[in-house]
Amino acid sequence: MAFLLALLVGALYAGALYMITRRSLVKLIVGLALLSHAANLLIFSAGGARRAAPPLVCDAAVPHPQAMADPLPQALILTAIVISFGVLAFSLALLSRAFRITGEEDVDQLRTTEE
Amino acid sequence: MLVLLPVLIPLSIAAACLLGWRWRRLQHALAGLGAAAHLVAALRLLDVVSDRGIQVVQAGNWPAPFGISLVADLLAAMMVVVTGLIGLAVAIYSPATVDARREAFGYYPLLHVLLAGVSGSFLTGDLFNLYVWFEVMLIASFVLMALGGERGQIEGAFKYVTINLLSSALFLAAVGLLYGSTGTLNMAHLAVGLRQADSRLSTVLAMLLLSAFGIKAAVFPLFFWLPASYHTPPAAVSALFAGLLTKVGVYALIRVFTLIFVRDPAFTHTLILILAGLTMLTGVLGAVAQNDFRRILSFHIISQIGYMIMGLGLFTPLALAASVFYVVHHIIVKTNLFLISGLVHRLSGSYDLSRLGGLYSTRPLLGVLFLIPALSLAGLPPLSGFFAKLFLVQAGLEAGSTLIVAVALVVSLLTLFSMMKIWGEVFWKPAPAAVPGAAPAGRAALWLPVIVLALVTIVIGVAVGPVFDLARRAADQLMFPEAYIRAVLGGQL
Repeated sequence: MAFLLALLVGALYAGALYMITRRSLVKLIVGLALLSHAANLLIFSAGGARRAAPPLVCDAAVPHPQAMADPLPQALILTAIVISFGVLAFSLALLSRAFRITGEEDVDQLRTTEE
Repeated sequence: MLVLLPVLIPLSIAAACLLGWRWRRLQHALAGLGAAAHLVAALRLLDVVSDRGIQVVQAGNWPAPFGISLVADLLAAMMVVVTGLIGLAVAIYSPATVDARREAFGYYPLLHVLLAGVSGSFLTGDLFNLYVWFEVMLIASFVLMALGGERGQIEGAFKYVTINLLSSALFLAAVGLLYGSTGTLNMAHLAVGLRQADSRLSTVLAMLLLSAFGIKAAVFPLFFWLPASYHTPPAAVSALFAGLLTKVGVYALIRVFTLIFVRDPAFTHTLILILAGLTMLTGVLGAVAQNDFRRILSFHIISQIGYMIMGLGLFTPLALAASVFYVVHHIIVKTNLFLISGLVHRLSGSYDLSRLGGLYSTRPLLGVLFLIPALSLAGLPPLSGFFAKLFLVQAGLEAGSTLIVAVALVVSLLTLFSMMKIWGEVFWKPAPAAVPGAAPAGRAALWLPVIVLALVTIVIGVAVGPVFDLARRAADQLMFPEAYIRAVLGGQL
């Protein structure tokens, strides 16, 4: 499981970097989306993805903490997903605005402010 | 409770401004009053922290390290005070300069969300919470950068958004790996936990965070987004960004590399020192070739960031104190310079040096007001920048790093050259033919923040003793983090 996750995270990072280095603005945004997925899965696997009991404590029998899954990585990921969702929505709006104003979809053409 | 106020006040003002969406006058008043309340709360917090030591609030009363801790040590409190001051200056300056269309699309709520994000970043004691505050600050800054939708703004915003999302992804990855290796994200607890961890792993994580925060702070070689974007939005927004945003990155670097990653300073802090030298040089050399008022200033932000992390790289109590003093001085001076560039733009209708001129003969007061922060930035006595550089140079010589001291002094001369170039082009040379778009600047709201910030620069220069004393105590808390750790974790180490 850990090995598969590691492969997946690596593939996502590679795909993200490839897409970000393209000249198309749409691909850039796809790349950023992949990047946030990669980071989220990285947290998931670094936090220890394994089969375990849910972290619920009933007063009858308190299971050993080692037998329970760690809920924190999932809480972190959930927060990160919400944030990246918002940010991606914003960058899509920015993309549509950029295309309407400049008529360009090529990153190399967006350089008038740097001359 | 006092620790929470600098976050709660701007957040509730943002909400109130949203409720008053259609009433611009109401939003002006709310933004100004809210920023003033923020400053007062921050000053009170600094007073309490200075008197009674580090203040900690555990969110939801969960004991650390299980809940989220908010911690105000002297460094955080000082940074929040400066944030309050800059927020107030920009809130007063904005109604006169930001156009009605931008105001109608939520300028003031965003301004206060940004202030909440910045204050939250300074006050949090939890690494993942720092990530969240970063995002709060970033998303507000994204919209402020793009608000108005001019071509230059959209282009600048794209670069700004992309590079910041990359930096956030790196930060998030580092957070995940840190949690995986130590099982905690509370910074004080991390400081304890990493003492036992493998030092090679901790160095790898340190490098990840150095790149993430390095992008935010515009450290060499990760600074190209800054001069591509900071000169595109209205002057009030540039001033706010120039003063605060990169400094949040610097703060995060200082926090992480004094509290958490102190196992191998011979490697990490030497690397920071080398980066500091390169950042200073590239920033100041980049400025030489520019001909736009705000682009010159943007490149100087980069070179000044070099000075701030130079103190961190030297890693002695005096050097850190100099860094803290430098950050405080720089935020005030740099915001002021950008506000002045906005005034110049309003008076002459341009930021382009070749189309400006003759302002000293028509507006001598503005000339003097420009010279105060400009000469302070370059480091001329008796202004605040002179002492900031003096302490850094002294710390560098004490640590025996003569090369970085030499670089710092040369860069300081080049900064003076750049400031004199602006002075000559904008104020001294005869005015070119009239440029359309110029407007009279009669409103006091435009001048008041500039005058007040210039006075603060002079006061810091004159009353350097007490201010540096405060910076020194802040640096002592950073160099000896046991007090911080004990304040957060209680007795259980």
